[in-house]
Amino acid sequence: MSTFKPTRRAVVGGIAAAASLAAPQVRAQAGPVKIGFSISKTGPNAGGANVTTLPNYQLWLKETNDAGGLKLPGGQRRPVEFVEYDDRSQSEEAVRNIERLVNQDKVDLLLPPWGTAMNLAVAPSFNRGGFPHLASTFFVERQPELVKRWTNMFLFLDRPSTAITALTDLLATLKDKGLGNTVALASVQDQFGLELVSAARAGIARAGFQIVMDRQYPPGTQDLAPIVSEAARLKPDMFLAFSYPPDTLALTEQARIGGLNPKVFYTAVGTAFPLYKQRFGANAEGVMGIGGVDVTNAKIKDYIERHNRIVGREPDRWASTTTYSTLQVLTQAIERVGIDKAAIIRDVGSQSFETILGTIKFVDNQRVDQWWVGQWQQGEFVALAPTKVGGTKAPVFPKPAWPTA
Amino acid sequence: MTLKDWTLPLIVLAAAAVLAPLPVVAGSYWMALLVNILMYATLATAWALFSGPTHYVSLATAAFFGLGAYTMAFLGEKLPLPLVYGVAALIGAVVATIVGLSTLRLSGVYFVIFTFGLAELVRQLVTWGEAKYGGTVGRFVFIDVTQQGIYWMLLGLLVLILLTGFAIQRSRLGWALRAIGEDETVARHAGIDTTVSKVAVFVVSATFMTVVGAIMAPRWTYIDPSIAFNPIISFQVLIMALLGGASRLYGPILGVVPLAILFEILQANFPNSFSILLGLAFLVIVYFVPNGIVGLIDQGRGAFIRATRRRPHPAE
Repeated sequence: MSTFKPTRRAVVGGIAAAASLAAPQVRAQAGPVKIGFSISKTGPNAGGANVTTLPNYQLWLKETNDAGGLKLPGGQRRPVEFVEYDDRSQSEEAVRNIERLVNQDKVDLLLPPWGTAMNLAVAPSFNRGGFPHLASTFFVERQPELVKRWTNMFLFLDRPSTAITALTDLLATLKDKGLGNTVALASVQDQFGLELVSAARAGIARAGFQIVMDRQYPPGTQDLAPIVSEAARLKPDMFLAFSYPPDTLALTEQARIGGLNPKVFYTAVGTAFPLYKQRFGANAEGVMGIGGVDVTNAKIKDYIERHNRIVGREPDRWASTTTYSTLQVLTQAIERVGIDKAAIIRDVGSQSFETILGTIKFVDNQRVDQWWVGQWQQGEFVALAPTKVGGTKAPVFPKPAWPTA
Repeated sequence: MTLKDWTLPLIVLAAAAVLAPLPVVAGSYWMALLVNILMYATLATAWALFSGPTHYVSLATAAFFGLGAYTMAFLGEKLPLPLVYGVAALIGAVVATIVGLSTLRLSGVYFVIFTFGLAELVRQLVTWGEAKYGGTVGRFVFIDVTQQGIYWMLLGLLVLILLTGFAIQRSRLGWALRAIGEDETVARHAGIDTTVSKVAVFVVSATFMTVVGAIMAPRWTYIDPSIAFNPIISFQVLIMALLGGASRLYGPILGVVPLAILFEILQANFPNSFSILLGLAFLVIVYFVPNGIVGLIDQGRGAFIRATRRRPHPAE
């Protein structure tokens, strides 16, 4: 039995440590505001969480504390302290982390995790604790139903069908500029890819295009060459891929090697990542993707500069800006109503907010106006559509053939 | 049956009676931890029902767990809850029968690899089916089962698994399984229908795992194949059962409780170096506790008995 003692001592020590954390903490008003989150620092979700979510949390923490803390209605400031856990990309861990943050660490506020599945997993816990849930990396068709169920939830991204409408509307305008009729589709076989591709099939039919190829591949597929070579043989006018970052890179690489040169080349998540530009350089020119920002906008320029300086790397050009705007909304709501969860939820739902993405005003807890199609133009990922949002540029069309590398 | 035969079932029931009122006093955080412990306790005990006596190492836990979760996702809003658990059990049993009949002729490492592949196969089948006919791969599970509810169901299930295991041990089937574990060829020559015995217990074990999946699914609101068929579940169950010791019915629980608490402590205090510390903990366990906690207990008891026997010896 003696060999097992160290572990047991560690266990006892750990329980004591956990218990001391659990001890009721009476803090003066001037003490730090405890803000907790659970995020995927390891596992399959780590890539997305590390590009889009975590850097923005760090940026916001540094800026807020450098300014003296969160501003309260009375004008005084309280510094922010993060309590963060790794969910290792597992839903069960995410749920337990949130339970621990709420009940053991007694955090004042929570920030959401990265990704649709994780946000859904923790949503009931956010709701039960009455915490505002400002989700920026959450993207499903059933959103209107969800915000009725969880009235504390605010969705900063609109639905897949909206994203597709923006895309097919844009493609329809290119018809008179010589865009033909044929579309090749590729999509990742998970909830994200499937919702987008089913919306795309309908949108493509509405726009009067013809689908010549419709291939799906399981998440994590390493070899996408067969899909690209099939598309290359068919010589479609448009190649649309509803893909994730690794597949986005692989599809682009294959298309370049395999001579797939459509007039419109679209890949989804990852196209807007700085990595894409680093990897493909001049080859990125003309590639369309999901997201896009108005790079001429002074606020966004400034945001990109600060992100670069404080985090040490560039933000992506889609959900990074959205994530940062969730924190701006939170900051402004706190300035108006203080650290009062119910009041923050009421405030976010009813007021307008000035963010780097312009004025945000929620309609039934959903943010409606946003950019959905972007394109690499001279080293920047600019917004193309929907044009009614403003700040969009005219597309480079047709996409130039891949330069020989 | 003598009084001794009734000891274990009585202890199980008494322990359950002590644990049952915990949700009344435990807060939400402790409940989350308890649910986690119970989930792994049920899975690991169910795993050991089959793998313990036969020495067939199965990595198919995630396959059955995921099937149960998906059953809940498909039927949870359409059928009354108790019926859903029943359907989940039935599906688990049917799949386990098919799988068992076709694969339990494999042994050793081939069986291990096959069961690992099975979880992947079921995952890909579900993905394919969902993509083809469902139009989406993720599923919402909007069923209001509270954490307390999940706790009680898992506790009840654990009692059921332990009593079933007890009954199997006492039956001819239990003897047959132990014979298979010792030497399958000899067992066959002794007139044991090894295939039937193995499949029967594999089905019982898998059925329980499927029900655990169905009980846990509402907790996550949303499942997709990579969540439901997460291979980590299979590995964690295996490690916990081995730490406890699969040779006794109560063995896996002895492994689950310390490991679940260890995971929690590492997660809460060292969130950024969790995986490294976990790896170190496994090394320590394999090095110092190779036969599991049950092995330590047996060793301790053996030493005690030897010591008590030796004392009256006049020559010493």
